[in-house]
Amino acid sequence: MMYGYYPGCSLEKNAIAYHQSMMAVARKLNLEFAEIDDWNCCGATEYFSLELLPAYALVSRNLALAQNQLKNGRQLVAPCSACFVNLLKTDRYMARSPELARQVNEALAAGGLHYEPGSVEVRHLLDIIINDVGYEAVARQVVKPLYNLRVAPYYGCLTVRPGLEKSFDNPEYPTSLDRLLDTLGAEVVDFPLKAHCCGGHMTQISEDTALEMIRRLLKNAADYEADVIVTVCPMCQLNLDAYQDSVNKKFGTRYRIPVLYFTQLMGLAFGLRPVELGFGKEFVSPTLALAKIGAEPPPRPSKKARPSRDALPMPEMPEEE
Amino acid sequence: MLTDSTADRARAPTFLEEVIAQTPGDPRLEMCIQCGTCGGSCPSGPDMDYTPRALFAMIKAGMKDAVLRSNTPWFCVSCYYCMVRCPQEVHITDLMYTLKRMAVQEGLYHESSASTAPEFSGTFIDYVENYGRSFELGLATRYHLRHNPMGAVKMATSLGLGMLRKGRMDLNPKRIKGIKQLQAILEKAKALGGAV
Ligand code: SF4
Ligand code: SF4
Repeated sequence: MMYGYYPGCSLEKNAIAYHQSMMAVARKLNLEFAEIDDWNCCGATEYFSLELLPAYALVSRNLALAQNQLKNGRQLVAPCSACFVNLLKTDRYMARSPELARQVNEALAAGGLHYEPGSVEVRHLLDIIINDVGYEAVARQVVKPLYNLRVAPYYGCLTVRPGLEKSFDNPEYPTSLDRLLDTLGAEVVDFPLKAHCCGGHMTQISEDTALEMIRRLLKNAADYEADVIVTVCPMCQLNLDAYQDSVNKKFGTRYRIPVLYFTQLMGLAFGLRPVELGFGKEFVSPTLALAKIGAEPPPRPSKKARPSRDALPMPEMPEEE
Repeated sequence: MLTDSTADRARAPTFLEEVIAQTPGDPRLEMCIQCGTCGGSCPSGPDMDYTPRALFAMIKAGMKDAVLRSNTPWFCVSCYYCMVRCPQEVHITDLMYTLKRMAVQEGLYHESSASTAPEFSGTFIDYVENYGRSFELGLATRYHLRHNPMGAVKMATSLGLGMLRKGRMDLNPKRIKGIKQLQAILEKAKALGGAV
């Protein structure tokens, strides 16, 4: 099965492990993901905060590219839940509001593009694994079941919302990832906050609010004695992993819960090697957890030669007008 | 000067009408029954000046200033939790986006406790408009350098370096091939403005 692939900015770099493990798992499952050529950023939540029509125009350029580049079926997969919602929402809102569609298309025409609402079907990666591949086909690939590994299935907020249409899972208490992890042989723990928000970009706006939101999630997973938190979104992974240390410092806690992508666990269960699945980029080391299932992550980069403060190179700035 | 009857009828739009007009589709704001489900579901509710429910009552009461000066829209993390639970299917998240935009247009956000949020969004947008992609390192350093130099040092020395060392952050932004095309589209969209 062939899908258009919209990686989004995170999967290019910060969540490269998600990209690598997704591609490795796809090969096993005969899924083909063809990257949309020259896609642009989806605008995250920031663009919609300051602009209205330009934000929809920004997102719809991607939809127009997908519409032109994809031949049959026109299914577009977005593994990042924020990109997924922006793409889906733009398509749905254009379909519902002819006036919005007309204005967006007037803007697109300035770049020689046009998008017909409804012509691209936007889907989350989890949806495709669950519904197009199916649990049984996944089960057939499992050669190293994840027995004994206690996993907290974390959907985050956007994966199963915003209830614009029938979502592929329950928006408040989803279970598809639970069942998928169960299929891999893992011990799925109850995780009441599984569809709560990780805080998104709140870390940049009010760190106190953000760290409290992250703390709640870590505590919930720790209360149920999860060995790992399993995510389906790069923003969730980043917040729970990279800010775990800050949470511990602020609240005097000692959480050490690795946060892994569901595709990484699928890969391990399929017998793929951790190095093929992007392991080694986590802030919280998964070594102990992986030892439970007999997998060893690749060696971590050595910590010696700590660069001085001046060593952080300055980024290039966009030209100021 | 006496106003004639035509001018009387063509009264200025109420704040409620303005908010609705600047939100895509039909946000169903006037359907709100003040049940409070939204505030009770909101993960950042405790840190908001007013809950979404209270804010909607204030919009109906025409309390434009207080609404646009509050931190509530900026503390909305767009998680859509309220939106899937609202019994009246009010498009709460979209309304929060509208209020953010209006607060910036009216220059009123400076007084909220989330006053740096629009600059963060602005920095993000700058990268997108110049490169077609977001750029985490530039975003974090440029935004913090401008607004929170100590934060920039902290970011650069701990989290930022960790991200770089782990190969999770680019040193330079990537530019898409069709950046001119994208800019033309965005420029046109801005020119069209946007009652949608
Ligand atoms: S949940 Fe909906 S109806 Fe209830 S107060 Fe909030 S917006 Fe109004
Ligand atoms: S979408 Fe915004 S207002 Fe609604 S629950 Fe989430 S953070 Fe709160």
